[in-house]
Amino acid sequence: MNDKTIKDIVNREYQYGFKTEVEQAKTIKGLSEETIGAISAYKQEPKWMLEFRLNAFRQWKKMTEPTWANVHHAPIDYQNIIYYAEPKQQKKKESMDEVDPEMKKTFEKLGIPLMEQKRLAGVAVDAIFDSVSVATTFKAKLKEAGIIFCPFSEAVREYPELVKKYIGSVVPATDNFFAALNSAVFTDGSFVYVPKNTKSPMELSSYFRINTEGSGQFERTLIICEDNSYVSYLEGCTAPKFDTNQLHAAIVELVALDHAEIKYSTVQNWYAGDPKTGKGGIYNFVTKRGKCLGKHAKISWTQIETGSAITWKYPSCLLVGDDSIGEFYSVALTTGYQEADTGTKMIHIGKNTKSTVISKGISAQRSNNNYRGLIQIGKNASGARNFTQCDSLLVGSECNANTFPYHDVQNQSAQVEHEATTSKISDDQLFYFQQRGIATEAAMSSIINGFCKDVFRQLPQEFAVEANQLMDLKLEGSVG
Amino acid sequence: MLEIKNLKAGIGNVQILKGIDLDIKAGEVHAIMGPNGSGKSTLAKVLAGDPKVEVTSGTIRYLGGDLTAMEADVRARAGVFMAFQYPIEIPGVNNASFLRMAFNAKRKQNGEEEMDPLEFDEFVKQKMKIVEISPDFLMRSVNAGFSGGEKKRNEILQMAVLSPKLAVLDETDSGLDVDALRIVASGVNQLRSKENAILLVTHYQRLLNYIVPDFVHILSNGKIIKSGDKSLALEVEEKGYDWLLPCSEQTIRGTERK
Repeated sequence: MNDKTIKDIVNREYQYGFKTEVEQAKTIKGLSEETIGAISAYKQEPKWMLEFRLNAFRQWKKMTEPTWANVHHAPIDYQNIIYYAEPKQQKKKESMDEVDPEMKKTFEKLGIPLMEQKRLAGVAVDAIFDSVSVATTFKAKLKEAGIIFCPFSEAVREYPELVKKYIGSVVPATDNFFAALNSAVFTDGSFVYVPKNTKSPMELSSYFRINTEGSGQFERTLIICEDNSYVSYLEGCTAPKFDTNQLHAAIVELVALDHAEIKYSTVQNWYAGDPKTGKGGIYNFVTKRGKCLGKHAKISWTQIETGSAITWKYPSCLLVGDDSIGEFYSVALTTGYQEADTGTKMIHIGKNTKSTVISKGISAQRSNNNYRGLIQIGKNASGARNFTQCDSLLVGSECNANTFPYHDVQNQSAQVEHEATTSKISDDQLFYFQQRGIATEAAMSSIINGFCKDVFRQLPQEFAVEANQLMDLKLEGSVG
Repeated sequence: MLEIKNLKAGIGNVQILKGIDLDIKAGEVHAIMGPNGSGKSTLAKVLAGDPKVEVTSGTIRYLGGDLTAMEADVRARAGVFMAFQYPIEIPGVNNASFLRMAFNAKRKQNGEEEMDPLEFDEFVKQKMKIVEISPDFLMRSVNAGFSGGEKKRNEILQMAVLSPKLAVLDETDSGLDVDALRIVASGVNQLRSKENAILLVTHYQRLLNYIVPDFVHILSNGKIIKSGDKSLALEVEEKGYDWLLPCSEQTIRGTERK
């Protein structure tokens, strides 16, 4: 692909990605079997898919919202959410001037246009705007390698056997309240299938964008890696600034067969609410889980969580295959009034399964940052090993950090290690930098990057820089 | 280079410096001595721009400008350096990048081009010889897990890298064994020049055997009560501080001891 076409794609992508004034073609508000039927109809789904949704909805009605997480919010009115919002694609506004100035500033500061360019050069992108996928790049090139990378709704129509086989196999519809909700009303997301003996020739990436006020986003992503295959996938998320809270309840399911490896990275930057009042922002209630079904399979989660008013998210691994490996690398940064309750579950089922958990929580201003993790070693998981390191960094004196580790070990031969530290960026440290001529913002950035480097180095290179910049941007003005 | 006039400063509501006058010219080495609690470290901090210390009156002129109007990082880039009594640990940030950040911040200020990591590596390794530090030190986090002696040597290394105009050494000798003291002192002596000035804050005369000062000032209860040459330090060593103190204060201090 030559430079010119890349540039064309960049420009096109850009318009889709960051506009706020988009006319809606269709919206569906409120939750009932009728609205679910309408979503399914818009997506032109087969009957079995509608049945799956309705079944989930019936289960959901019997469930109650979980309250065990250390986060606080007013009750959510599930009838007052727009479950489906489709932008009218032909009537896009062409000018950058119409983008919300605050958003524009944010993206300019972030250097996203540049990053988009860089990213697109060697990365395939699926862009999801509200409830529909608006563009998927490099589809044809990936197809040559036998890899399917397409919007989820397209996969339901084009590859029903694959979807039917794996959907709900990692996160059952009844797994939890928000998973059931998603299973009933999910709209779009990405679908990836990597056949046997195939290494994806490029990074795959999805860009999620909530654009419509009052709408929720219920995306669904499914990645399947057959024997001896490999894929690295990255998702990025943004949303404009609204005073009302918006619900984002996604499901991500990963399946890795024998000797397959899936690397899943997230840079989450949903709108976090007003930093001074805590008003607005996304409720990010997400169920992400991978299943190492095959022997020697490996699933690695890397997440940089910087946005959302509330994050409730535990990307987990079911280590079923013998000698399979699960990894979780996380940086969760909370500022303003943000609350995060995030961590992982490593469920060791097969023999000699290994897991590594590195969690770095940074809390600033009045935020509340919690790590919650479960390490479970099953009866048959002989030789299983886990190493967990859980570090918290406090900035200022009004924030909060907690660690909730759970260990459930049922096999005597297992080795489970947990290390935890809590530290604080002190005025003394900042003064030390200053006395050496280094200004406070640069000092903060240096300390934070030092704290996070074990996680940042897990990110695909293109995104490591972005992660750094994002952290700096988020922390701007949180000193003093 | 530095003119301090009737400087009063404190921490919180407690006044610690109660009228300091001090003149330091380029090429000079001054030593400030005094009993515990006399305000020695506060004086060092006030020069470095520690935000915890508040200047209530008086003036500090540095190279003709008003030092108190400058933020700590601005002062540093203008050539004011303080070797900390208790160097701060910065986990996760390695010495090489910390030193380079500091060095380049100053270069940038002077309109010079920043030095790239390779070039800087060469440069810093030369400086490391001055304080006899092994190369693996560069990859360790700043002061994290360092011994007391290593921390103090690191301060002098930073000083060597930044080549300040005014270096304030706040009790750099405290907690050092004889060998470490010799290394640190010889480091300082190598950096001594006609262009720069050094202010040594110390509790003991011991350091002054290694770094010979041009002037010695005795600080007590926030004021300089006596100034002299290096022989004053020896006199203090022999007789202690009490003979220098005004009678009223001797009584107060005596009461405190009970």
